[in-house]
Amino acid sequence: MAPETEVKNPALDINDEYKYGFSDPEKPVFKAEKGINHDVVEQISQMKSEPEWMREFRHDALDVFESKPMPNWGNTGLLNDIDFDNIYYYLKPVEKQGSTWDEVPEDIKNTFDRLGIPEAERKFLAGVSAQYESEVVYHSMQEELEKQGVIFLDMDSGLREYEDIVKEYWATIIPPADNKFAALNSAVWSGGSFVYIPKGVEVDIPLQAYFRINAENMGQFERTLIIADEGSRVHYIEGCTAPTYAADSLHSAVVEIVALPGSHMRYTTIQNWSKNVYNLVTKRAVAHENATVEWVDGNLGSKLTMKFPCVYLVGEKAHGEILSIALSGEGQHQDAGAKIYHAAPNTTSRITSKSISKGGGRASYRGMVKVYPDAIGSKVHVECDALLMDKESRSDTYPTMEIAEEQVQVEHEARVSKVGDEQLFYLMSRGLTEEEALVMVVNGFIEPFVKELPMEYAVELNRLIQLEMEGSVG
Amino acid sequence: MSDNGHPLFEVQNLKVAIDGNEILRGVDLTINEGEIHAIMGRNGSGKSTMAYVVMGHPHYEVLDGSVKYKGHDVLGLDTDERARLGMFLAFQYPMAIPGVTVAKFLHSALKTREESGEVAVREFRTNLNKAMSLLGVDSSFASRYVNDGFSGGEKKRLEILQMFMLEPDFCILDETDSGLDIDALKTVAEGVNAMRSEQRSMLLITHYQRVLNYVKPDVVHVMMDGKIVRTGDIELAENLEENGYEWIEEELFQNTEATGVGTAQA
Repeated sequence: MAPETEVKNPALDINDEYKYGFSDPEKPVFKAEKGINHDVVEQISQMKSEPEWMREFRHDALDVFESKPMPNWGNTGLLNDIDFDNIYYYLKPVEKQGSTWDEVPEDIKNTFDRLGIPEAERKFLAGVSAQYESEVVYHSMQEELEKQGVIFLDMDSGLREYEDIVKEYWATIIPPADNKFAALNSAVWSGGSFVYIPKGVEVDIPLQAYFRINAENMGQFERTLIIADEGSRVHYIEGCTAPTYAADSLHSAVVEIVALPGSHMRYTTIQNWSKNVYNLVTKRAVAHENATVEWVDGNLGSKLTMKFPCVYLVGEKAHGEILSIALSGEGQHQDAGAKIYHAAPNTTSRITSKSISKGGGRASYRGMVKVYPDAIGSKVHVECDALLMDKESRSDTYPTMEIAEEQVQVEHEARVSKVGDEQLFYLMSRGLTEEEALVMVVNGFIEPFVKELPMEYAVELNRLIQLEMEGSVG
Repeated sequence: MSDNGHPLFEVQNLKVAIDGNEILRGVDLTINEGEIHAIMGRNGSGKSTMAYVVMGHPHYEVLDGSVKYKGHDVLGLDTDERARLGMFLAFQYPMAIPGVTVAKFLHSALKTREESGEVAVREFRTNLNKAMSLLGVDSSFASRYVNDGFSGGEKKRLEILQMFMLEPDFCILDETDSGLDIDALKTVAEGVNAMRSEQRSMLLITHYQRVLNYVKPDVVHVMMDGKIVRTGDIELAENLEENGYEWIEEELFQNTEATGVGTAQA
């Protein structure tokens, strides 16, 4: 049942007339020239007054980016349309980060107001980070958590204030050479979150980061590192939107998670970029003994998304879970999926992937499950469901399984279904209009995902599906 | 047979085809307010087609005839409009709606009947619990997904539960008795009997007389080859139980021989 007060959550709110496609006038403090080269990388590093090792890391990463070819798989047609010379790689919107909304410039504050962030913060979040272009312009966390030793900072501040911890884990999970876009991020990264949860600390209400692109031809390259120390627990949520422009923007993030023994980490993403954004993201976690990592990944917006959240299960009895939905409409390709590597005995994993394609949209599931020798007693469960709303839309599944150990249990199920006349007739015979019936079938389809979201998000997501389905009946 | 009531539901000369095959070949039927009619017949005689067409299934093509309910020309209405006017079909094969709970489904269906689009949650819950206990279903039923992994008996109970909650004025029960053991059959029959009222009419579609031991119809029809070929009272059903359908076929055949007309409307 719907709660009495519905909290507006913009990350979930798209429809055919994308509501968050508005933009502010640009008033940057600094904007690097278009295009990417060592000068731009040097400029970014200088402006941030970084330690020498980070400066070198960036320059090395740029060399890797330049030496790596574009991917020869996936939607190469769309990928090869990216014009790397026509993108701004660094834009500093404000001189100083605010810790209250009053310290944030009027235009930007108004934008986040329209996106409902301050309201959500008051109602149900433990901490908020708001990134605008290349920098986090607002950041705050409940005092209570600070007292418990929880660190939740933008990545740049994290590097300044906790250089030792950052250096210990930095790029250990996703090295620049992992892929071309991870290399690009490593060269020009800015913003993102640094989170550390001390031993045994359980953070009950979510921390949220919100990412907003405002400028045209913008590239946003946030970098996030989360460390959940032994026996700790945390839920981190991210959301994102951007203005609708004729020109394409590029969002290429890197997210690394370290889940130390016995910790429980959940990372929820609601991606709602405008349909001119390339969203090419690398997300990977390492789960140690008895740790659990859950990626809850919702992809609704963007032009092309390529994102395959990954968990390395390196300690005995570690558990990995990847639950995702992708909604692909006209002109969109959601190339999403999951990767799990079982590298220790008695590790377990579950992948649940759901996609909905409509109006000629395309959704792909690309999965990799690998069980290494000696990962005895491991269990794998993979479930892929695709729902096609019309004949023009498309769904593909590319599952890969490499099982090098015999004493394991592997289950894989894949289904493609169409919303059936018989289902609609049944619901309509109870009084629902065709559109209401369609919404009900679709909401039921994504229920396993929605029920994992905080209530406020779940309500919004259901409302969003309703908006998306308007006009789908014909 | 009570001829002097108000007709609630009237079918005239209904001819229906699917994929070019004529399944209903001129059905006439009038049901007055408060009456329970049974249509009996073998598999393939057109009984379920009748149920689907009356409710507006998109795959059937109406060739001729009319269906009236409370004075509305039903065939000109969408399925959901028919439902909101108080028509209801208990499906022979109810569909699963994964991810949608019974409670949410019923609540949504009830809301379509309100001008405000709202039904108070607390009141709804109370009514639902009452209906579930009357039908002897466990309260966990409400939070299960609609027909998803239900046994045959559970599916039929859910159909009756919906009928209870939606309180339609005209109910068609399509083989609701089939596939039920005797206990389940009794529960379902009790539910149907509890729904009996002076305003509400029902049409029971069945090919066994068994259910009619528990739900007493006012009128019994026999359908054969897309037409209603006999109409009588409960004795007709009993006769069918004892002697099967062959004697009707024989009579029809003789009639055809005698008159040269392929109809034998009682």
